[in-house]
Amino acid sequence: MIDWADTVWRLFTVFAVLIGALLVAAGLIWVERRLLALFQNRYGPNVVGPFGTLQVVADMVKIFTKEDWVPPFADKSVFVLAPTIIMAAVLLSFAVIPFAPGFQVVNLNVGLLFFLAMSSMGVYSVVLGGWSSNSKYSLLGGVRAAAQMLSYEVFMGLSLMGVVLLAGSFDLATIVDAQARGIWYVVPQIVGFVVFLIAGSAETRRLPFDLPEAESELVAGFHAEYSGMKFGMFYVGEYLGITLLSAMIATLFFGGWSGPLLPPFLWFVVKAAFFVGLFILLRGSLPRPRYDQLMAWGWKFLLPLSLLNLLVTGAVILAMA
Amino acid sequence: MGQEFYLTGYFYAAVFLAVGAVVVLGGLIASLLLAPRGHKTREKLRAYESGEEPVGTAWVQFPVRFYIFALLFVVFDVEAIFLFAWATRFGQLGVVGLVEMAIFILVLVAGLVYAWRKGVLKWT
Repeated sequence: MIDWADTVWRLFTVFAVLIGALLVAAGLIWVERRLLALFQNRYGPNVVGPFGTLQVVADMVKIFTKEDWVPPFADKSVFVLAPTIIMAAVLLSFAVIPFAPGFQVVNLNVGLLFFLAMSSMGVYSVVLGGWSSNSKYSLLGGVRAAAQMLSYEVFMGLSLMGVVLLAGSFDLATIVDAQARGIWYVVPQIVGFVVFLIAGSAETRRLPFDLPEAESELVAGFHAEYSGMKFGMFYVGEYLGITLLSAMIATLFFGGWSGPLLPPFLWFVVKAAFFVGLFILLRGSLPRPRYDQLMAWGWKFLLPLSLLNLLVTGAVILAMA
Repeated sequence: MGQEFYLTGYFYAAVFLAVGAVVVLGGLIASLLLAPRGHKTREKLRAYESGEEPVGTAWVQFPVRFYIFALLFVVFDVEAIFLFAWATRFGQLGVVGLVEMAIFILVLVAGLVYAWRKGVLKWT
């Protein structure tokens, strides 16, 4: 027995989420450039189209018509594969996010684990891209990415355990429901939220954690040898990552689609947009730490902190019950 | 909400993956068709090193301390898997579960402290 209305709706969700995510990521490139310009007292892109909004289209045309050079000294198959991994991994994570009640591609009971698994896949993209380029800048970027992303991944998962303890489920829709009925988890899990925010931006390699790219030391780091559309994939992948991270923060700590008066989907967009803005502000205001500082801070401070947070959360839940 | 539910859930995840793969591969193919092919100039045939002549390959051996560091990562990642299972059933396990998990975490923290004292967590 096939429920056709349901099937059509589910297929619509698949396309809406995919196209929506890509459009938002592309739009973010313009938003970020305009906002950074605002913070830095300059104009930013303002020539192509009204307020420069068509800049993204112009960039797309340019990136498609640029020579896509595969260096003869590189490991060719891995070189081509690397940028596709990050696009696929980040896009797949969008499948489990509940944008509104019933508006979700798949309601997996292990949704949160699925997100963590996909975000770990991103490491492969950067490390393989850096290694296969056979260029020293790229290699250094790739090695840095491996160390940084592995370190921060450990407590990225741990920082979310508090949320799982409170909701008793990995199902993202259940987590949002629990917050809609009770309190937003940012209140009991403020430590978890801050650790996740930091670990998440380290996973997406955003400034202040852009050490794998670090243009002032490594030129462009892991994608120094990339050009044309393959570079474009790394670039769009980064913005998809920010969109995903903001959506996850809104879902896990700020009640997802729940909120008064406005329709649920609009609430979700408002919350996610706020965190996108926060990430752009962070990029505009923070300097890049030194490599050893980054690693030491992760292992010696954030990891013990997230373990402590987990135990304290457990104790408080038991005391309240 | 039986087995059938799980299968349809993963079916749409597979559809999502397929459409996503088309988007990604479509981008690569489009650039293959649209992008011009330039000449192989001398500069393009060597790795970019800010204008310096590259010496040797970039495929070199890594220091062995990356290995110890990777082991540390594996230990804590496996611990996380154990914690995931514990966290979902925390309500049923109660105080006993919390104490047991506290002991487990303390053992691992002892390992972290040991690695710290041994100088694994030094990057300079």
